[in-house]
Amino acid sequence: MRRSMLFLPGNTPNIIVNGEILGADSVILDLEDAVAPAEKDSARILVRNALKYMGFGKCEVIVRINSIDTPEWKKDLDTIIPQKPGMIMPPKVSCADDVKQIDAYITELEEKLGLENNSVGLIPLIETALGIENAFQIASASKRVRAIFLGGEDLTADLRCKRTKEGNEIHYARCRMVCAARAANVDVYDTPFTDVNDDEGLYTDAQYAKSLGFTGKAAISPRHVKGINEVFSPTKQDIDYAYEVMETIRFAKEQGKGAVALRGKMIDAPIVMRAEQTIAMAEALGMGRSV
Amino acid sequence: MMGKKLVKSIREAIILSGLKDGMSVSFHHHLRNGDYTLNMVMDEIADMGIKNLTLNASSLFDTHASLEKHIRSGVIRKINTNYMSAGLGHRISEGLMEEPVDFRTHGGRPRDISLGITPIDVAFIAAPAADCAGNCSGKYGPSACGSLGYAFPDAMYAQKVIVITDCLMPYPLKGWSIPEIYVDYVVTVDAIGNPQGIVSGTTRITRDPVGLLMAETAVKVIQHSGLLKDGFSFQTGAGGASLAAARFLMDLMLKDNIKGSFASGGITGYLVDMLEKGCFESLMDVQCFDLKAVESIRKNPAHQEISAMQYASPAAKSAVVDQLDVVILGATEVDTEFNVNVHTDSNGRIMGGSGGHSDTAAGAKLSMIIAPLFRARLPIVTDRVSCISTPGRDIDVLVTQRGVAVNPKNEELILRLKDAGLPVMDIRELKQIAENITGIPNKHVHSGRPVANVIYRDGTQIDTIYSMI
Repeated sequence: MRRSMLFLPGNTPNIIVNGEILGADSVILDLEDAVAPAEKDSARILVRNALKYMGFGKCEVIVRINSIDTPEWKKDLDTIIPQKPGMIMPPKVSCADDVKQIDAYITELEEKLGLENNSVGLIPLIETALGIENAFQIASASKRVRAIFLGGEDLTADLRCKRTKEGNEIHYARCRMVCAARAANVDVYDTPFTDVNDDEGLYTDAQYAKSLGFTGKAAISPRHVKGINEVFSPTKQDIDYAYEVMETIRFAKEQGKGAVALRGKMIDAPIVMRAEQTIAMAEALGMGRSV
Repeated sequence: MMGKKLVKSIREAIILSGLKDGMSVSFHHHLRNGDYTLNMVMDEIADMGIKNLTLNASSLFDTHASLEKHIRSGVIRKINTNYMSAGLGHRISEGLMEEPVDFRTHGGRPRDISLGITPIDVAFIAAPAADCAGNCSGKYGPSACGSLGYAFPDAMYAQKVIVITDCLMPYPLKGWSIPEIYVDYVVTVDAIGNPQGIVSGTTRITRDPVGLLMAETAVKVIQHSGLLKDGFSFQTGAGGASLAAARFLMDLMLKDNIKGSFASGGITGYLVDMLEKGCFESLMDVQCFDLKAVESIRKNPAHQEISAMQYASPAAKSAVVDQLDVVILGATEVDTEFNVNVHTDSNGRIMGGSGGHSDTAAGAKLSMIIAPLFRARLPIVTDRVSCISTPGRDIDVLVTQRGVAVNPKNEELILRLKDAGLPVMDIRELKQIAENITGIPNKHVHSGRPVANVIYRDGTQIDTIYSMI
């Protein structure tokens, strides 16, 4: 379960060392934009050592490497893959070939290191107009792709428009990303909300992303983690309803009934699937049904 | 007599006071890092050729680092203080003084002054407002600092008292703090301090997520301690995480409609907010930390100034600290016996002092330390602190970002916090977690020469600080 993904600069040991306690489901140890060119090597070593020596508890660790149009990305993977990271986030992915190129290099490293094939997952960061148009091909380019992630800041620069809090300029991209991810049967994550002082704005933005179908949202500030987790967690009402759906279905089966309704509404396969997802998430979060 | 008190210069006041070689002089620290007065007076004393003095200052800040020259030249032979920031502290740790500094607490200092253990010959009281007879206050004037709590024992027990002000008001000064009955001479100067260094414009809660997390946990500890109910009393410092705890506590008290009795100590705008929103009946203010607190003590009768004796002196017939339910404190190190160091850094160099740490820890029903498990690459929980400032017997809880350790003497609290689902751990477990991340640091090496004595609030010596090699 991954509701929130928190970016942590890869060159800040005092922040990384507390990464697991900041409440995020995942932390993204960043070797790309947060790290100045002169510090790429030290950040790489620091992130390697964090993976090697630190336990992050229940918090998933994702490493954002540098993009494939830089000389850094292979050095990043050479250093990081031996530490068996669960997930790599390549940035500025614009087409399926980008994914395939990274996949091939990781496969080479896995074989060289004797690691299980496909043990390292990918969350491509899509942040160009071309990437948005190719979102489905990217999402289905490799078995390694577990999710795709929208980067709104670089995208708006590419679209030559201003990034706003309302986000009308990325509405199309958001919808296209969700559609592509669901078609490819992978998760999809929304771009961070960048005003770290605007808690209400974050909440509104996260709710909007959830309403479009995003699985979760990234954060650049630990202050936003709580709000994101809250929005992307099922509510008590959601959980209660999901259990009711499952009970109604079980009862209908016992009675040999084909079609069944709950509160006057027919329960069909998508509703059952959503109820199962809600219950699975509630159980993962330790949230129970109201008594 | 009244008209004769007003003299023309600091030098004239010093001459009239009869200050001689070997005597003791005192200063309060309400002007904090903006203070001009201590340096101004000591420069004048040095210029007059007086030597071999004992300096008794309630605290010393970086702005007083120039005292080094007066120590080297023999003007100052001995220092008694409750706090010394790193500027002078590091120099002392390097062996600047022949005679060790005596560190006391904010309660121990007035105790020892009142008992004649540390007699004061001449007290110099920087006063943001005063009249020609010496009635003075910190609430008014361009250098307003609010409470003058720490100056009371100096005024009451010194042989001679000189008030130094940059705001001479018509007699009688309305709303004085220290009355004329204690004052011998009054001197006016252009400025007693720099307002920007005296109090912060605002004190702000931390934005550090680790600090906020610890503050949230601290408030949960208070919530489930059994002490948070009507009549609750509270003290916290001005550090970022402590302020955040005060803010979260206010939200909880308002939500649960809890009407506390008082908050005490150094007062910040956050405690003023709590007073104004009805969380407390009154504030007991020995020192103001920001402009909001200064404005409040000037205007709000429920915001009361208290002397250092009333605040914390063990020699007083009763003191505010003994009425406290909860105090939140900081630490540079905590050891597995819950002893706390606030005098030195992890390398053993002086950079602080007890202030009211030991006094409030001894008095409060629940004494809680908030400290991150490690700073930079050093673990904060150790086998033995570099210096014992407050004994572990007076500490109940340590809150870190990775867990809460409760002093094993407090069995009921352990059960309460565990029942509430708080991450209660053995303090040795916390130490292990820290060391797993930072490694075990090498112990610093000292020369064996004492540079400071740490004197507990009851007058006994609790530890010694040695010079660094």
